[in-house]
Amino acid sequence: MQNSRTIAVAMSGGVDSSTVAAMLRAEGHNLIGLTMQLWNQRRLAGHEGMPEQVTGRCCSIDDVYDARRVAEHLGIPYYVVNHEERFERDVVRPFVAEYLSGRTPIPCSLCNNHLKFDQLLVVAQQIGADCVATGHYARVEYDDARGRWLLKRPADRSKDQTYFLFGLTQEQLSRTLFPLGGMTKPEVRELARKQGLALAEKPDSQEICFVPGGDYKRFIDAYLAESGDALPDTAGELVTTSGEVIGEHRGIHNFTVGQRKGLGVATGSPLYVIQISGADKQVVVGSDEHLYSRALHARRVNLIAVENLREPMRVSVKIRHRHEPAPALLEKVSDDEVIVTFDQPQRAITPGQAAVFYDGDIVVGGAWIT
Amino acid sequence: MPRIYLDNNASTPVLPEVLDTMRPYFGEHFGNASSIHHHGQETRAAVERARDSVALLLGCRASEIVFTSGGTEGDNLAIAGLTSPGDHILASRIEHHAVLYACKHLEETGCEVTYLPVDGRGLVDPDDVRLALRPNTKLISIMMANNETGVLQPVEEIGKIAAEADVYFHTDAVQAAGKIPIDVKRIGCDALSISGHKMHAPQGVGALYVRKGARLQPLFYGGRHERSRRAGTENVPGIVALGKAAELAIQGFDRDEDKKMSGLRDRLEHGILAQVEDAGVNSDGAPRVPNTTNIYFDHIEGESMVISLDLKGLAVSTGAACSSGAIEPSHVLIAMGLRTDRARASIRFSLGKQNTEEEIDLALALVPETVARLRELSPAYRKQTVSS
Repeated sequence: MQNSRTIAVAMSGGVDSSTVAAMLRAEGHNLIGLTMQLWNQRRLAGHEGMPEQVTGRCCSIDDVYDARRVAEHLGIPYYVVNHEERFERDVVRPFVAEYLSGRTPIPCSLCNNHLKFDQLLVVAQQIGADCVATGHYARVEYDDARGRWLLKRPADRSKDQTYFLFGLTQEQLSRTLFPLGGMTKPEVRELARKQGLALAEKPDSQEICFVPGGDYKRFIDAYLAESGDALPDTAGELVTTSGEVIGEHRGIHNFTVGQRKGLGVATGSPLYVIQISGADKQVVVGSDEHLYSRALHARRVNLIAVENLREPMRVSVKIRHRHEPAPALLEKVSDDEVIVTFDQPQRAITPGQAAVFYDGDIVVGGAWIT
Repeated sequence: MPRIYLDNNASTPVLPEVLDTMRPYFGEHFGNASSIHHHGQETRAAVERARDSVALLLGCRASEIVFTSGGTEGDNLAIAGLTSPGDHILASRIEHHAVLYACKHLEETGCEVTYLPVDGRGLVDPDDVRLALRPNTKLISIMMANNETGVLQPVEEIGKIAAEADVYFHTDAVQAAGKIPIDVKRIGCDALSISGHKMHAPQGVGALYVRKGARLQPLFYGGRHERSRRAGTENVPGIVALGKAAELAIQGFDRDEDKKMSGLRDRLEHGILAQVEDAGVNSDGAPRVPNTTNIYFDHIEGESMVISLDLKGLAVSTGAACSSGAIEPSHVLIAMGLRTDRARASIRFSLGKQNTEEEIDLALALVPETVARLRELSPAYRKQTVSS
């Protein structure tokens, strides 16, 4: 790493990004701390069963306060940049629309693609920074042989965030630093303590930043009510895999593939959501074995390690954040669609989630499961 | 890095003479102005001298001045203190949040509020005021000078309308005080608020003129300070400083400092417009205070501009800061009919008494190059240049 570059650090007010700022500062770079204001946490507070009090989440005043204190402690310039409009357009609305269509979205990937590594990178360049550093657990490297920037899994596998980063382009990766890629979380906390960061013991954030308490159903209700839109009627039938109607449900957005609780029917053997059909508003339920399938289709492909898929490729594929990559064959169907055939059937392949393709530690690319 | 401060509508530095005048009131003269002993008498005399100076600045009697903690308190005290539930209030859409949110709050407690529009130059039409009057209208609150554009509202005409209709007229003069001469009799207002730190006194002090005879309910309950209109021990150092700043403002008008100020502002404005394409003054043509110009630079993001300039040592502003410090598009520019992208591409430059010609010229060197670089990196601008 060459010395004294100007680097914008995306600071969330958490331990990881604060430690990144402290590390890069110690290395002697010119830093500019940036916090993205993405969502007004008070906006839906108190709305239709939403919690009145929201604290300790992304974009809360407390987190901005923490980030500002870290910047002050390190003696670096710090600014909050407002990207609420873009976030609502590119992350929140698609999130709601996906659920209402019977899919299970991943807002963090959308945020990475459209906000953190797009808008923030633009702001960084405009204010004179060559690149953006974040506290993600992932590695980025330039591979001379391939002539491409590679995204790789981090040293701390338990914190691996590459699943959410598969959408990054070569241009974005070339301007991105992940200084925590070689460290474990305990090492990061230890470094934070050594750097005198007051927030070294701050708990990790887990849930979706704009959904307080993690109750996405209430969030969707409150968001639609606030926008003045009625919740579309997505109620319909509960059917078995053989097509028998066994009950009714109150809206497809209440379900996700693999879900067992809250089906509202009592049967002898455990029932799971197998499939959600947005078109006819049907929720298909069945036994555990029906959840397994060997193939998936995915669209909106982004390739990182290779320029294109000329030949079918042996890869390991991760179909949700907490999923051990499973061996599979990756084949191109068209320029924007792939089919993944697993060696062993996989449980609960869920439309709306991403399929991310790995070659060992290297992220080959990814696409959205249809 | 030399730092140039052109954000004086946000806050001004305390002038050295003002600091010298207030300093003894932190230590030597510390008494409570309500105490009967020597120490109290000393500070009481200082407070009343300051009241005389502020009254002179505004053209009113000393007894009509209520010292406050600043502009927000003055606005709230006037608006809440002159109305009751059931009353109708007239305000403009470009008022400061201290007025707008005070009105919004009163709407929740039973008042009705009409928010009047402005034209493309940011001016309220007095005819709109007249037409919006209702039998239960109790108060008109229209600012004297807008904080973002510097545009001067037709307060004297509005004062006449208020007098004819026998309704109270409050004007937020926070951005006018010290910049242009103020005469409450000519304006015909019943209440007028000013703030210390916008006129080279410190933060945390202000004053509200309340015409003798106006029935004002207090916001605070406690001692009988400020003729029972504002309970709470006086902020003596702040009040002394505000008095001194008022004296200096009056001297400034006698020496035509306001004309010098508008000369510097025009030098900045003309210099920028001569060098930068696709830029213009928001509110062009409207009468303004001498220190403010608000300029749009199409195809830039104001936020990036403010940060870039700050990193080079030039302090300016855009829009309004929300609680996190992030910037929201200006409600004032939106009310003037600007498209959101142009509102976001607008920058406010505001001068203070301390600014020099050299500083203006340094700013003139920084602004065009920064705009050029931001446009080069703007996807929207690149697209436009390619297609045109």
